[in-house]
Amino acid sequence: MKILTLIRQVPDAEARVKAAGGQMDLGGTTMVIDGMDEYGVEEALQLREGGADVEEIIGLAVGPAQTEDAVRTALAMGIDRAIHVETSGYLDPIAVSKVVATVAQEEGVSLIFAGGQQADWDSQALGAATAERLSWPQATWTNDLALSGGTLTGRHDVDSGSENFQLDLPAVVTTQQGLNEPRYPTLPNIMKAKKKELRKDDLSRFGAQNKVQLVSSEIQVRQRKNQLIDGSDPQTAAQELLGLLRNEAKVLN
Amino acid sequence: MILIIAEHKDGQLSKSTAEMIQAARASGQAGPVTALVLGSGVGDVANQAAQFADQVLVADRPELGSYNAELWAAASAQIAQQGQASLVMTGGSRSGREFAPRVAVKLDAPYLEDVIHLQAAEGGVQAQRYSYLARVTETQQASGPVVVVSVKPGAFAPAAPTGQQGPQYDVDLELPQPRLQVTGKNEEKLDRVALTEADVIVTGGRGVGSSEKFGELVEGLADAIGAGVGATRAVVDAGWRPYGEQVGQTGKTVQPGAYIALGVSGAVQHLSGMGKSKYIVAINKDADAPIFKVADYGIVGDVNEIVPALISAARS
Ligand SMILES: Cc1cc2nc3c(=O)[nH]c(=O)nc-3n(C[C@H](O)[C@H](O)[C@H](O)COP(=O)(O)OP(=O)(O)OC[C@H]3O[C@@H](n4cnc5c(N)ncnc54)[C@H](O)[C@@H]3O)c2cc1C
Repeated sequence: MKILTLIRQVPDAEARVKAAGGQMDLGGTTMVIDGMDEYGVEEALQLREGGADVEEIIGLAVGPAQTEDAVRTALAMGIDRAIHVETSGYLDPIAVSKVVATVAQEEGVSLIFAGGQQADWDSQALGAATAERLSWPQATWTNDLALSGGTLTGRHDVDSGSENFQLDLPAVVTTQQGLNEPRYPTLPNIMKAKKKELRKDDLSRFGAQNKVQLVSSEIQVRQRKNQLIDGSDPQTAAQELLGLLRNEAKVLN
Repeated sequence: MILIIAEHKDGQLSKSTAEMIQAARASGQAGPVTALVLGSGVGDVANQAAQFADQVLVADRPELGSYNAELWAAASAQIAQQGQASLVMTGGSRSGREFAPRVAVKLDAPYLEDVIHLQAAEGGVQAQRYSYLARVTETQQASGPVVVVSVKPGAFAPAAPTGQQGPQYDVDLELPQPRLQVTGKNEEKLDRVALTEADVIVTGGRGVGSSEKFGELVEGLADAIGAGVGATRAVVDAGWRPYGEQVGQTGKTVQPGAYIALGVSGAVQHLSGMGKSKYIVAINKDADAPIFKVADYGIVGDVNEIVPALISAARS
């Protein structure tokens, strides 16, 4: 079987984000592969290493030109080849799912990994929307997974705790912390990755239309009081803090 | 009509349903605010929903006894189509954000996700939501005969009961055979007030030192002041606390009146879940810990010394 694993590039979590004139300004921001997608790449590799019948692991990225760096990271981690559909500007997750579903069909994949939540748009929609386009089932927020024949078993988080599940392929799985520990690309693998196929594809052929218009993005920083209390005398510090919470913030009786 | 997919648990309508109804009324869209109750043995829930909504549609069937994304999406899309809904609303819970995208694809509709504000706009609706680990507020606009919206828990005040019982109607549905089979449930019973509903939250980070210390310091303080208990991912990964208590990007989003962080460094993924709290209090022995940058009040000190003093001061 073939596995498709989605790759997005997002600002490094520690990087400062900037907005100007109602738009995000990512110029000069350090960009990385989305941590949530790394879990998917790692899981695909582990399924194969664990003996599952995985013919090919294909990475798919839908994003601006520089997303190629994130794709290279995934290739260096060990996926076999990648496809990059270049975009300019915002393409909402429901629209992106059209590209993903089309590629999945063309490539004949039977398992898709997508990150549970995107670190830039904070969206959880791409996996589910892709599953619906393909008329496939989905397991979201998966933190344990095994594949035997064509059947996935695993555990995933739900509203009030977690569930164990069983699911026959084809399926979409969204990934999160706990599923695995993504590996770091080694130098030899980084070198090898340079020779792997990274095919560019053209967005226009997918008919992916934005249905949501992004009007503006703003950073709103709440002014905080930043009032520091000296902790060298714990009793006095405790009294002072409780006083502030009772009388100034009025959150305690 | 505006179609709201009601959230409920153990026979109780969830607060999020009243919040969705408030969001629906505030959206300025025409038509009756209609709650769809999916489940098995949900007569009571339907009665509760009828206190808030203009009308209630009920699908009471054994197959709907527990949530499943494929079933919920199929049911919501069918009713939205039959009733020519202009808005379909789900909760911003894990399940709500799991099946809403499927509904959007089925209806070929735009999807506004996890919104905190919603209003009518030229030819459709405009919404606000957070992005970039909740550091950015973005405004989105969508138009079309129908728009799917998931509503962030806690962002809207719950609607007040209308003072009347809205009419209830049973609905017929064609449901698919769900393909995800649940083979076991691990319900997390959290003894304290639900995190998303607590006015005050005490959260412990790795700095509290151990699972035992977490009980003594974090739970101890929470009990003394009547607060909910939260944890960082580092604490959950270490197995000191259940995942249900995790606050952050991959845990819960909370917005209490006061958030008291004990031995928490203040990583962005953690801040993304609690950064909107009204007051943030930090106790950390490292004066340079990032948490102090977002704190209203902070004590630079050892939690082993400060927290016991806080507990006894709060008790007396
Ligand atoms: C994709 C992804 C998703 C993530 N999602 C989340 C999430 O949802 N929630 C989350 O919390 N994290 C999340 N993280 C992890 C996050 O980056 C941090 O690693 C985590 O929040 C750190 O937890 P901590 O503050 O408890 O521990 P540490 O970073 O270890 O900080 C401990 C703090 O305690 C202080 N301390 C130590 N001893 C004492 C003492 N005796 N008295 C007082 N202070 C003391 C230290 O000075 C330090 O500041 C995520 C990471 C990734 C990559």
